[in-house]
Amino acid sequence: MLMKLKGGRIYDPANGEDGRTRDIYVRDGRIVAASPDAKVDVEHDVTGRVVMAGAIDPHTHIGGGKMTIARMMLPEDHRGSEVAHTGLTRAGTGFAVPSTLAAGYRYAEMGYTACFEPAMLPANARQAHMEMGDTPMVDKGAFAMLGSDDFLLRQMAARKDFSAIKDYIAWTMHAAQAIAVKVVNPGGISAFKFNQRKLDLDERHAHYGVTPRDVLTTLSRGLMELGVTHPLHVHGCNLGVPGNLHTTLDTIRAMEGLPVHLTHIQFHSYGTEGDKKFSSGAAQVAELVNANRNVSIDVGQILFGQTCTASGDSMRQYGNTKSANPKKWVVMDIECDAGCGVVPMKYRDKSFVNALQWAIGLEIFLLADDPWRVFLTTDHPNGAPFTTYPHLIRLLMDKGFRRDMLQKIHPDAQAASIVGSLDREYTLYEIAILTRAGPARSLGLKDRGHLGPGACADITVYPDDPNREAMFTTPEYVFKNGELIVRNGKIKKVVQGATHVARPEYDPAIERDLRDYFTRYHTVSLDNFKVADDEIIGHDKGAIIVQPTGARV
Amino acid sequence: MPAPSQGIAREKAPQPGTHGSVSCPFCGLHCDDLEVRSDGRRLAVTANGCDRAKAGFEQEPPAAGMPPSIDGKPVSLEAAIARASDLIAAARLPLYGGLGTDVEGMRAVMALADRSGGVVDHVLSRAQYRNTNVLQTRGWFMSTLTEARNRADLFVIVASDVSKLHPRFVERIVSPEQTMFDAPANGRTVVLLGAGMPPSAVSGRLVGDVVDIPCAKSDVPAVLAELRAILRGAPLSGARPGGVEITALEDLAARCRAAQYAVFVWAPQALDFDGADDAVHIVSDVVRDLNKTTRAAGLSLGGNDGAASAASVCSWQSGYPLRVSFAGGVPTYDPYRFEVARMLAEGEGDLLVWVSSFGPDPTAPPATAAPTVVIGSPAIRLDTTPAVFIPVGTPGLDHRGRLVRCDSVVSLPLRRLREIGLASVADVATELAGRLPAVVAPAAE
Repeated sequence: MLMKLKGGRIYDPANGEDGRTRDIYVRDGRIVAASPDAKVDVEHDVTGRVVMAGAIDPHTHIGGGKMTIARMMLPEDHRGSEVAHTGLTRAGTGFAVPSTLAAGYRYAEMGYTACFEPAMLPANARQAHMEMGDTPMVDKGAFAMLGSDDFLLRQMAARKDFSAIKDYIAWTMHAAQAIAVKVVNPGGISAFKFNQRKLDLDERHAHYGVTPRDVLTTLSRGLMELGVTHPLHVHGCNLGVPGNLHTTLDTIRAMEGLPVHLTHIQFHSYGTEGDKKFSSGAAQVAELVNANRNVSIDVGQILFGQTCTASGDSMRQYGNTKSANPKKWVVMDIECDAGCGVVPMKYRDKSFVNALQWAIGLEIFLLADDPWRVFLTTDHPNGAPFTTYPHLIRLLMDKGFRRDMLQKIHPDAQAASIVGSLDREYTLYEIAILTRAGPARSLGLKDRGHLGPGACADITVYPDDPNREAMFTTPEYVFKNGELIVRNGKIKKVVQGATHVARPEYDPAIERDLRDYFTRYHTVSLDNFKVADDEIIGHDKGAIIVQPTGARV
Repeated sequence: MPAPSQGIAREKAPQPGTHGSVSCPFCGLHCDDLEVRSDGRRLAVTANGCDRAKAGFEQEPPAAGMPPSIDGKPVSLEAAIARASDLIAAARLPLYGGLGTDVEGMRAVMALADRSGGVVDHVLSRAQYRNTNVLQTRGWFMSTLTEARNRADLFVIVASDVSKLHPRFVERIVSPEQTMFDAPANGRTVVLLGAGMPPSAVSGRLVGDVVDIPCAKSDVPAVLAELRAILRGAPLSGARPGGVEITALEDLAARCRAAQYAVFVWAPQALDFDGADDAVHIVSDVVRDLNKTTRAAGLSLGGNDGAASAASVCSWQSGYPLRVSFAGGVPTYDPYRFEVARMLAEGEGDLLVWVSSFGPDPTAPPATAAPTVVIGSPAIRLDTTPAVFIPVGTPGLDHRGRLVRCDSVVSLPLRRLREIGLASVADVATELAGRLPAVVAPAAE
């Protein structure tokens, strides 16, 4: 069957198209070259509409134990945010921590067709995949968390041969069915179990003697040599601590050109100037990011209102429990593997600190000069729920709107921020980079995030509404694999997306050491630790797509 | 029954022989180091099984052809499914209780409850809610099995006969053969607080002092409160709650302060006394206080009968940990109102769908005047004849699946070890949902 989208304005940065009007043809779920003579079976007239690839969220906490802890802990989050079942869709709930089904529907209704869970503990991978399997509509993938797991720290402390460490990284990606690797507070989650309360970049882990710098460079180099496309995804040391901008600058320098993605960098760009000893480090961080082409970032923008923070960073989240709102929280030590901290948070525009956090995020967006190295995130739900993305896009695209919003925040934060002096307005082309082309390229999704021939026909069509928030809230059409799944913001067909993984080669001899380790210390056997393919795709839960690994371009 | 399009029903027949790394579905620890010999029909645990596991795996399978029934009369599976779906379709408020099943079964029950506007609740949720109440009011600081096994130097077991509910806990967590971090030279201290665990049940190479602080279970919250007061330096009541000497609690407080990683253990199912919620609250408060200077964590066991799986799946699919009604087309949560045991006792709901697939002694439905559909293991002993009985296999014996462990972090894959010709809960619930009338969507915009 041949489908034609007629007359849209195409924003496809991967192919250099900046608003050119052309038709798009889709056959068997793929975009195909224009074929004026072929018989068109279905035509949608999208004349004048803005056409982009389906959006990709490269960092959103949608699946895994900590989200289910948050769901269980916060019934007040769900009340008043119910979604009724229909003839097509199941019932659900949730504002900041939506139920899995509701999250899938809402993402699709906003024009998103792929979402990546960035903090999958290998010990919890089976559940993370079960939850993602129950998140319909969108493609999924997950980043395996390493760096505070005892196996790696033991390898590093024993100065194991680097090839063994690489084998372990790759083995973990296979076992947990991951597409990338994330490190969270490198070594620090483990250090907290030994009662260390902070771990700076060059501070030694009390038991293993390794430093976060060692962990970062080891994992980054390992992933590069394994040919994993997405660079090491780094949630650095000292999250949320005033003065951490220096840790962030030192982290960038520590990488010495190794590929690295610094996630939710807003939370890592704080200075200590001013009466309140809290200031923006955005300018310094953005300057160094701009100068280092090995670095990409996502922002983790905060937006005002109730949300819930959920992180693998048990050490720093324990520190944040004093700000819990409402006053309850969960922190866990997990399986000699990692940890987690779930702390509800209400960001208030009348709070100096929250208001400045908001401004710092925007400053980073507006000062970063290469949109291919910046991804649009709120670190859902840590900075704000993903449903705020259209509002955030308007803040980036509309300086008048941004200034109006700036007027509402704490006056001292207004004075402390340069946001009001920044005139930059993101273009549709740049938004398409931040939300499609950039994440796809960074994650190695060759046939996602663009509209060229051969691409998977994940396509979103927006009305060209000058109110960009309204525009990005309610696309007119969303296609997944060429099927119309959303029309005017309403689900038309429920589909099950694929799960993207990467499987770098490794020497299976590493399983000898691992089997010994599991047998001695673990409560799960090595064989049962691994998540099998049919666990992911069984019961009509979609397909697994193995993205290629190879030398980085 | 028509075969589902893919997955469990298409599994190849199990091979006779000995299987290693078998996960045990019969308690919330879900030990996965069992060795089980299968002749294709009968199973024998040949290594690492506790008595509970042996009883479950080795139970004589039902005679071949154990039929479904309607009002006690044998019928075809097709007829039983048809009658059950008619009953569900006609019910104004079906109650889905028991929920002793695996993740796949629970997923299918959730879809069925959504479609039919029913209420979901687990047979052990009254116990589980001692934890949920704490989680939803103050939260907590918790550990998991592997972390505790390798790290703990002090275990405080609170009013729970862990050895009975989770027979291998001591062997695998308190005193395993090896630990990653050195246990104290004089062994790990185990404190038994409140009636529950006999000291004789705590032994092993790594076990050091075993300190018994007996008191009536109902006094446990007061004893814990006194311990917390000592730890905080607050004035003491002087009341000797539960007859426990203050010196004993001062000694325990000193051990807690000196511990590098104290783990407070309880099994919610064992805390069946008035004020048990307070016990979990105060334990969590003690753990929170200790973490200001040293490290400590809670470790809740439980999760038997698939309770952790049911609560987890219900939470990620609906937002709420069970006791959810879909009657209004949206998930509505009320832990009092939608407790199925209470609803049955008070005559609410007009159909009970009881799911109970774990042996060796599957929990039977409570007495009720409401017609009942039982989707259960053939071993279930029923006091009254249900309107419909649909026999199902046991996850991990008769079909594959997954179960969430008591710590709600780890989940284990289950194997198919024998063939006795039974469908799974997931198969049956999916089939039932497929036969119900479609939800009438709200009018389009």
